[in-house]
Amino acid sequence: MSILSQAIDMQPVTPIRILMVEDNEGDIELALDAFNESRITNQIHVVTDGEAALEYLFRRGKYVSAPPPDIVLLDINLPRVSGSEVLHAVKQSDQLRHIPVVMLTSSDAERDVLSSYQNYANCYITKPVDVFKFLEVVRTVEDFWLSIVKLPRLTQPQSATA
Amino acid sequence: MTMKPSERVLEVLLVEDNPGDAELLREAFEEGGSGTAVRWLEDGEEAEAYLFRRGKYADAPRPDLILMDVNLPRRSGHEVLKLIKQDEELKSIPVIVFSGSYSVGDMRKAYETYANCYISKPVNLEQFERTARLIEAFWLQTARLLPTR
Repeated sequence: MSILSQAIDMQPVTPIRILMVEDNEGDIELALDAFNESRITNQIHVVTDGEAALEYLFRRGKYVSAPPPDIVLLDINLPRVSGSEVLHAVKQSDQLRHIPVVMLTSSDAERDVLSSYQNYANCYITKPVDVFKFLEVVRTVEDFWLSIVKLPRLTQPQSATA
Repeated sequence: MTMKPSERVLEVLLVEDNPGDAELLREAFEEGGSGTAVRWLEDGEEAEAYLFRRGKYADAPRPDLILMDVNLPRRSGHEVLKLIKQDEELKSIPVIVFSGSYSVGDMRKAYETYANCYISKPVNLEQFERTARLIEAFWLQTARLLPTR
């Protein structure tokens, strides 16, 4: 049995909760398609600006019952509040800092890479422009972050309203 | 695979007290064809001296990636992790922690101390090789790393 299928057999029944913070519709669709095809059960919630991301993560306003994500995919260039500010807020929070944050952004500027890692981004990925390469990146993210990596998720079953 | 392999050679610092496991990991990386170089240290104190360039390690190169067992003699992986992530220069180096004795508490603590990720320690050759391949595929070919300094 391959190691990946062993890992899948050991997957918890509750889906992995992904929060995607992304304002580009095309990229959102691509990612949703890719994660839908994943062998690892997941649920992906999308917000399209940094302020909504903060509200969701800190459970404010309409997101007061939002379940905490197991992993966050975070763009940097966002309306209202930048991804860098969202990253900073998450990693400075006692309640949220354990959540892995994968920067997934069109920026390949070294200062963005440096500042993200310095602010404790778990990793940084520059989104490829090419569609097929983008899908490949998403699959590698799945292979690594959703299977071999152990995510610090709650062990009790999640409610069905998630 | 549609992605072009990086031209960069990855330098991994492996901190692991079990020589058998260390050897399996080192072989898995070095025979993978990506040219990944592994520097192996056996305990937390050595790792600290290496990273902070003390004594005989005054000219030690910076690793691109650190792979570290949580359970180490002399200074625990958690303590080393904390030192790394509190240092302005070192904190941006990705640290992958692993443990043979998986505990939710250990894992949570590692993530809260800003470990970049936590993986289960491989238990057989196939798993060591799979782990090395996936680490390379992600950290060498997908993720952006900072230039070595």
